[in-house]
Amino acid sequence: MTDSKYFTTTKKGEIFELKAELNSDKKEKKKEAVKKVIASMTVGKDVSALFPDVVNCMQTDNLELKKLVYLYLMNYAKSQPDMAIMAVNTFVKDCEDPNPLIRALAVRTMGCIRVDKITEYLCEPLRKCLKDEDPYVRKTAAVCVAKLHDINAQLVEDQGFLDTLKDLISDSNPMVVANAVAALSEIAESHPNSNLLDLNPQTINKLLTALNECTEWGQIFILDCLANYTPRDDRESQSICERVTPRLSHANSAVVLSAVKVLMKFMEMLPKDLDYYGTLLKKLAPPLVTLLSAEPELQYVALRNINLIVQRRPEILKHEMKVFFVKYNDPIYVKLEKLDIMIRLASQANIAQVLAELKEYATEVDVDFVRKAVRAIGRCAIKVEQSAERCVSTLLDLIQTKVNYVVQEAIVVIKDIFRKYPNKYESVIATLCENLDSLDEPEARAAMIWIVGEYAERIDNADELLESFLEGFHDESTQVQLQLLTAIVKLFLKKPTETQELVQQVLSLATQDSDNPDLRDRGYIYWRLLSTDPVAAKEVVLAEKPLISEETDLIEPTLLEELICHIGTLASVYHKPPSAFVEGSRGVQHKRLPGSAGSGESVESPDTGSAAGVSDAPPAVIPSQGDLLGDLLNLDLTPPATTGPPPPATSGMQLGAMDLLGGGLDSLLGGDLGGSSAMGAGFGAPPAAPAASFSAPVSGGLDDLFDLGGGVGMPMGAYSPPKTVWLPAMKGKGLEISGTFARRAGVIQMEMTLTNKAMSVMTDFAIQFNRNSFGLAPAGPLQVLTPLSPNQSIEVTLPLNTVGPVMKMDPLNNLQVAVKNNIDVFYFSCQYPISMLFVEDGKMERQVFLATWKDISNDNEAQFQIKDCHLSSDAVSNKLQGSNIFTIAKRTVDGQDMLYQSTKLSNGIWVLAELRVQTGNPTFTVCLKCRAPEVSQCVFQSYDAVLKN
Amino acid sequence: MIHSLFLINASGDIFLEKHWKSVVSRSVCDYFFEAQERATEPENVPPVIPTPHHYLISVLRHRIYFVAVIQSEVPPLFVIEFLHRVVDTFQDYFGVCTEAAIKDNVVVVYELLEEMLDNGFPLATESNILKELIKPPTILRTMVNTITGSTNVGEQLPTGQLSVVPWRRTGVKYTNNEAYFDVVEEIDAIIDKSGSTITAEIQGVIDACVKLTGMPDLTLSFMNPRLLDDVSFHPCVRFKRWEAERILSFIPPDGNFRLLSYHVSSQNLVAIPVYVKHNITFREGSSQGRFDLTLGPKQTMGKAVESVLVSSQLPRGVLNANLNPSQGTYTFDPVTKLLTWDVGKINPQKLPSLKGTMNLQAGASKPDENPTINIQFKIQQMAISGTQLHTHPHTLQLQSQSSSSQLTTA
Repeated sequence: MTDSKYFTTTKKGEIFELKAELNSDKKEKKKEAVKKVIASMTVGKDVSALFPDVVNCMQTDNLELKKLVYLYLMNYAKSQPDMAIMAVNTFVKDCEDPNPLIRALAVRTMGCIRVDKITEYLCEPLRKCLKDEDPYVRKTAAVCVAKLHDINAQLVEDQGFLDTLKDLISDSNPMVVANAVAALSEIAESHPNSNLLDLNPQTINKLLTALNECTEWGQIFILDCLANYTPRDDRESQSICERVTPRLSHANSAVVLSAVKVLMKFMEMLPKDLDYYGTLLKKLAPPLVTLLSAEPELQYVALRNINLIVQRRPEILKHEMKVFFVKYNDPIYVKLEKLDIMIRLASQANIAQVLAELKEYATEVDVDFVRKAVRAIGRCAIKVEQSAERCVSTLLDLIQTKVNYVVQEAIVVIKDIFRKYPNKYESVIATLCENLDSLDEPEARAAMIWIVGEYAERIDNADELLESFLEGFHDESTQVQLQLLTAIVKLFLKKPTETQELVQQVLSLATQDSDNPDLRDRGYIYWRLLSTDPVAAKEVVLAEKPLISEETDLIEPTLLEELICHIGTLASVYHKPPSAFVEGSRGVQHKRLPGSAGSGESVESPDTGSAAGVSDAPPAVIPSQGDLLGDLLNLDLTPPATTGPPPPATSGMQLGAMDLLGGGLDSLLGGDLGGSSAMGAGFGAPPAAPAASFSAPVSGGLDDLFDLGGGVGMPMGAYSPPKTVWLPAMKGKGLEISGTFARRAGVIQMEMTLTNKAMSVMTDFAIQFNRNSFGLAPAGPLQVLTPLSPNQSIEVTLPLNTVGPVMKMDPLNNLQVAVKNNIDVFYFSCQYPISMLFVEDGKMERQVFLATWKDISNDNEAQFQIKDCHLSSDAVSNKLQGSNIFTIAKRTVDGQDMLYQSTKLSNGIWVLAELRVQTGNPTFTVCLKCRAPEVSQCVFQSYDAVLKN
Repeated sequence: MIHSLFLINASGDIFLEKHWKSVVSRSVCDYFFEAQERATEPENVPPVIPTPHHYLISVLRHRIYFVAVIQSEVPPLFVIEFLHRVVDTFQDYFGVCTEAAIKDNVVVVYELLEEMLDNGFPLATESNILKELIKPPTILRTMVNTITGSTNVGEQLPTGQLSVVPWRRTGVKYTNNEAYFDVVEEIDAIIDKSGSTITAEIQGVIDACVKLTGMPDLTLSFMNPRLLDDVSFHPCVRFKRWEAERILSFIPPDGNFRLLSYHVSSQNLVAIPVYVKHNITFREGSSQGRFDLTLGPKQTMGKAVESVLVSSQLPRGVLNANLNPSQGTYTFDPVTKLLTWDVGKINPQKLPSLKGTMNLQAGASKPDENPTINIQFKIQQMAISGTQLHTHPHTLQLQSQSSSSQLTTA
């Protein structure tokens, strides 16, 4: 007597038979028939033809039969909208049934019938149920509002259901509260800007009370909702944390992770010296560890989230390394995640243990896992200097195994180790060279070629080795080709005598026989460099390489902050912002961590709320890889993804036939291109027609190579504010002075208009400055040659220098001026825009920028918002460049352009900035870092002024 | 929220689907099948799979994939936890959670799923409440239903749904009031060649079966509560009291439930209750190897070590093994090279051993890896961590303690 009998039917006329049974008089037979129908439905058979017959069975007092019919209705109402109307009456009736179970069932089913025509009839019953005396009905009705909203949002708003739903947050029953929150959250997701979940301390209090009493699922909804709240101060934040902490001991891991999210977010607000802060940190570790003993699927999600948590707050799990050791029976997806976290947690204290583990992993069977383990050993070497030696010897052991993919992976990481510790481990090169032939993956080949090129002077047969690669040049991947080109050029610069032929060969291969614009352009660049000025070429190609950062593939700090706010969600599993992938999240708002209260930074722009100031942002590491540093010349191993149009014919560039190195390098291109000065001028502003053909396809690469600023376009003049009246005639005994400051061609100028509004002639003008913050002083006397007769105006320009006496003023850019004439001495003070102190050589080297950014403590970081600015990021950087704020790098993350900028003040203070520009959003965010944080406010004002002008 | 659920069996057939919102075509599962194909082992299918319009979150239990389809941002753990709850409920209702059991009870399954989730929101997941709403099928009830025409759907609003103790139904009556608590501990330990412990951790749970009349309020305490590192409680446990006094105070659900689970980490020294003497060698130049394994108990406080199962992954080069067990039986699978030895109970007077030779495949060189040895065993009436429950005046009887363990030697 099992349900499987419902699946067996006679072959002919199954539907027909069911129809007959459904219309039977016997209740029992009817019920059996409905069961059969449901069974067919569950396995995907189409039984929609029976709709009217099944609906006829609805009017029954048998609860099970009613439920079954409801099940059927939900499934098929959509395909039979006209028929579904027949069911409306029963619903309305059931909504008034004395049995709350039936009322709830009716309201639940109603919402699942996704037919527009019907929804209107359902509003009245729903309204009643939302105010039902029985909480079971109310909580069901709350969910029904969300269902209805999904079908017809307008209707729900017009009927005022949203307000009723909001009222339910204050319901006396915790289950009703939880469901109301869940429903509101779902509705809010499709209306990102609606203020549906208007959280204030009162509602938060209600939610926290409900949190203790509702079911585990309700707790998840409430916790997720709490995470969207921004507490007013650290005290409120602490009290919420205290009430959320018990959830960490919940048996349901989703509750635990949601609680972790709330705590991670609100912790930002707590002062670090607070005792409670330390307690909280300690409390977070055990639940996270326990998640790892759950089922593998849970572990996976937990590990992805722990990966984020470890990046944000490594201190939480720093002693828990062992729990991340891989178990032999972990599924592969868990193993790979664990490995990742192991590396992040590796430190001097535990490196021995980690290395021993990694070495074991490298002998496992799963190829992906082994590769990642080998890579992990390399990352350990780079991260923990003390372990580098041991890592290298481990890697050498692994190379000896001769397992092909192990060897290749090892070579790739050894290349990075060489970069990190130059002149330390080169003794192993010989071993590496032995394995040259077994390399068949592009990445490993490219790495090996890089090593050969980089250490060409130590490898006796470097030319032979490289030559052997050259034979199959066209069959190599772009990555290898580019690397080979660079390596041979390096070799040539190191051993010019023996390798002329080789370099010529590779240059002609790259420039003439290749379809790849990147390769060809790089070839031309080298060619020109070599032919124009070999010494310069040496300086460029063999330049000191920037250090590689310790942490690779760190998540970019702003993204990390956002992801921390999304712990436990899909976003945290994919490590992408929700807007990047979730369909239907129409314009999700970017969440940010709240700033901490009472930390060192007091500078805040007048128009930023306290919530926007992210104070202790993590050590903002700008990943050193690829895109940002764009170290095209001799580091870049990733092929630039250029899919540019085929380059124009290189007219006048038929260089191949010429003897590149024979006659004299200088003359090679000189004649064609109008002298090497043309080269010096840079490719950014193409001086001659042939050169123009260069800059088109390479744009990105050339900007990297030469001066990014040059490539962006001609700088516009520095910003200068309009003149304002400094000294009104009333106070100046008839002399009115209005003026402004400007920086023209590197000279700071004070431009004044002197107007004589008195009755007598004025003569003998002189000017003097009081001591000021930046030592501004007149560079010469005030040049007013002719006497100023009444009602006459004169424009004077006074050049300034910055070598005068210094005294800190308040505000910083205040300048006190004394002007004398034949009548009297007048005093006034004015404020100059700090942007005129920005010097022309304020463009920082990228790697210096990177290092400086890391170096400056986070306390010196200030964040501001620039509102109502409708410029594209390119226009912005152009505009700022005019005022000597230089864009060093630009990255685009998730539709948001991040401009990294530097500027230098006349007194040598560097100000670093990260400007975030989101397309379509007129509000820009600028983060300023400076060793002298007091200038930040002024610098921000300049930003604001420059951009709005 | 959760849109749809598909149940897929080991051979890749979708044998049940349920939609809570609009119907999602079952072709969405093709993405799952793709991932399944890529994974070498069934358990290696990634739990979260993105598709162009949906996300598939799956768990594998009892060789059935439970694949949930979601469309918007939903916490994946929420979905996974819910799927686990579905599996537990099926098991609770039908005794086993197999394809056959689900097909046999398809209507109940459908009713359950409908009751557990509403529009993707979990509705009733506590077994106490579900059982009041939908009575579990029993042979007796099915017969009674057929005769009397009554149903197995409850007519009353489940009483616990909205009370302060939603996990307990009201009006419970027993003639024999009793409560049982099982402390089950699993040690997971890795021991190196020389016998020293590399890692050891203990996962413990206390499962309870409480059959008490009315609304009993129970307290339990531990002899040594400090042992427990991290504890997760059933919602019925009053957390504040635990925090303050380390006493478990709760109104229990009716019937079986898991009171708490805990974790004792490797920081505390764990005494492993068995030892292994092993000698597995291959001689250079010979196609034979020796295999010698002896098990013995240690620190078991006089309790017997039972249900001992030894398994070992022998090196790939091994062709077959001729072994002689002093007790129990052994099997060697020549394809997977897995050796299993069902030892049974360890007799401390006569220690079980497995001795003999292994033959290597012709031409295979001497394997250089050391095989790992896996040992599973059970010790009744002993908790490795030393956890002990105190009983309180509520006439509670501590009935049995058991512990099962898993051990790996490398």
